Amino acid sequence: MDFIGDLLIKDGTIAAVGESIEVPQHTMAFDLKGKWLVPGLLDMHVHLREPGEEYKETIESGTAAAIAGGFKAVACMPNTQPVNDSAGITRFILEKARSSDRAKVYPIAAVTLGQRGEQLTEFGDLLSAGAIAFSDDGLPVKNAAVMRKALEYALNFDALIISHSEELDLSKGGAMNEGLVSTILGLKGIPAAAEEIAVFRDIALAEWTGGRLHIAHLSTKGSVEIVRQAKNRGVRVTAETAPHYFSLTEEAVFDYNTFAKMSPPLRTEEDRLAIIQGLKDGTIDVIATDHAPHSVIEKECEFQMAANGIIGLETAVPLSLNLVRNGFISASQMIRCMSISPSRILGLPEGSLKCGNSADICIIDPKAIFTLTRESLHSLSYNSPFLGKDLQGRAVLTLIDGRPVFDPTGILSLSKIN
Amino acid sequence: MNRFTAQHILGIYSLSPDEITFILDTAESLKDILERPIKKVPPLRGKTVVHLFFEPSTRTRLSFELAAKRLSADTVSISANTSSVLKGETLIDTARNIEAMRPDVIVMRHPQTGTPHLITKYVKSAVINAGDGINEHPSQALLDVFTVRQHLGHIDKLKIAILGDIIHSRVAHSDILAFTKMGAEVVVSGPATMLPSRQSEVLGAKVVLKMEDALEYADVIIALRIQKERQGQSLIPSLREYGLFFGLSPDKVRLAKSGALIMHPGPINRGVEMAPEVADGPYSVILDQVTNGVAIRMALLSLLLTKGS
Repeated sequence: MDFIGDLLIKDGTIAAVGESIEVPQHTMAFDLKGKWLVPGLLDMHVHLREPGEEYKETIESGTAAAIAGGFKAVACMPNTQPVNDSAGITRFILEKARSSDRAKVYPIAAVTLGQRGEQLTEFGDLLSAGAIAFSDDGLPVKNAAVMRKALEYALNFDALIISHSEELDLSKGGAMNEGLVSTILGLKGIPAAAEEIAVFRDIALAEWTGGRLHIAHLSTKGSVEIVRQAKNRGVRVTAETAPHYFSLTEEAVFDYNTFAKMSPPLRTEEDRLAIIQGLKDGTIDVIATDHAPHSVIEKECEFQMAANGIIGLETAVPLSLNLVRNGFISASQMIRCMSISPSRILGLPEGSLKCGNSADICIIDPKAIFTLTRESLHSLSYNSPFLGKDLQGRAVLTLIDGRPVFDPTGILSLSKIN
Repeated sequence: MNRFTAQHILGIYSLSPDEITFILDTAESLKDILERPIKKVPPLRGKTVVHLFFEPSTRTRLSFELAAKRLSADTVSISANTSSVLKGETLIDTARNIEAMRPDVIVMRHPQTGTPHLITKYVKSAVINAGDGINEHPSQALLDVFTVRQHLGHIDKLKIAILGDIIHSRVAHSDILAFTKMGAEVVVSGPATMLPSRQSEVLGAKVVLKMEDALEYADVIIALRIQKERQGQSLIPSLREYGLFFGLSPDKVRLAKSGALIMHPGPINRGVEMAPEVADGPYSVILDQVTNGVAIRMALLSLLLTKGS
């Protein structure tokens, strides 16, 4: 569904969508010619760092970055300090999100206590408290028997398990993708197989148990192919990738740039193209940012000691738009990967512009060019390999329940009241 | 006239063949100072060289210190176990503090890749990489090329065999880059766990599994040290097995050209990577490498410190 038309919001919900709607009396009207009006975006993979690492990001700053990037909602990973492995911490996150009153926050709880990979968390209690899914992201569930139990136990609640797929024994000590560039730079590499073995393992377990599995941050050609085959067999598996995996390759690490260090690592051009192909043919369902803020303390240091991860909330739209501009995917494919697909995977009702849905809307100016600077970022951290680069396309207005939460260019002041 | 323009010596990767030749020629002209009864000349009087070593080293460190002293520079040595690293200072802060005392050159060895590159962003002094992680050890490669040129007259078209742990050896990386840049053919071999996976070529060198293919017609054989401290990682079943199947025995040497040079960056594990009779044999130039190391490091210091003069 992709057309030029009008949309009417009444009392925070979408009241009408059509090619031409008559503006009712006492209604503010906006001319959004040339802009895209899309469902509010949902990023199902972010790290908000609160509780515990508030110097990197807080729920308040992270949700500010979200709405600035066009996201009406984020799902946050549990690797905080302490880990979100109990209902109390889930409730704390939701309470903070409510008082910040920016993007909606859906906490993802840990699969195992303390993310130690041993004892399952209380899935039922966590879901009751508001957890949306389970993941030990940042770490894999190392023990296959524990992962199996998680997928099985999740069946009772129809809960989703999100896999950070990494074979730790293989990736140990590695700082970047293993290959030509790691040899040139003299850094120990992480082979693609470290990801692929783990993707394959968790898919085999999902297939065996019938559990619902989502694979986080796909980065290799082999992983895409493993997911593609599993989907063809009817396994209940979905997958996401992050904008950096279709925008950059391992070459970004040259000069020991710690802003290009992440887990999984940036891969080769061949992998990058396979990721794009996966998005194109639907093997990869979701574009999620894996927004991972770190301060200078973790990033301005020896490459091997630098923390993994980059921020992504405020660059996801322009980077994904590059795929549309280059003709790899359509505009509606891109928006689907960032709204309705993650919504469905997380079991949320929203994510489309249907009448009666809450008016969570993002207005994108696909032509706007901006330079990414420390000052322009809403995140507390600025660990982005795109810092200083010109990017094209950005959210210019974000509405949640019909309420404007982000309007940097003052579109709202240009309204006419009928 | 010093036409050397490089600001730092971080790796062979960033040096051109011309620059390498210029360093070798400079070392040639400085080498006889080492044979004089009074082994000191004044060009670096008033200059300060800081040796910042975060890893144990005997040879490289002594070699750099003697090189600096022969040229009349003042030298200071800091090693990790006596520095504020133990008090929790970051590497960047350590570098900034050293810089605040205005040294002219920082010679640095560090267990992590890319660290000399990192500190160049925070200091005005020239930085010489004396070995970073598994990445590069440029002065070792330069002295190796220098030694081969001294004995064989040229580098061009020679076949150089490098044996051992290629992927985890900074000496191998720098050697491959230096010899290939100077026109030699480099072939590397060793246990597959010590070779880059899925690559038939590494940094311009050919990778072969059969040692014989590397040794055949070789003009130079460089055996690398098996790092005993790495054996926890099980790259090889045992040192004994390595010695039997991958060590350089007199039999294996016979596969190479007769009179092929035998080299080793030291320290040698005798009977592991090299049989004693090979190390001490007539074509071993291992101790020449050590002598030449001082000349090469004198060249590096004087080229970095006498720019424009």
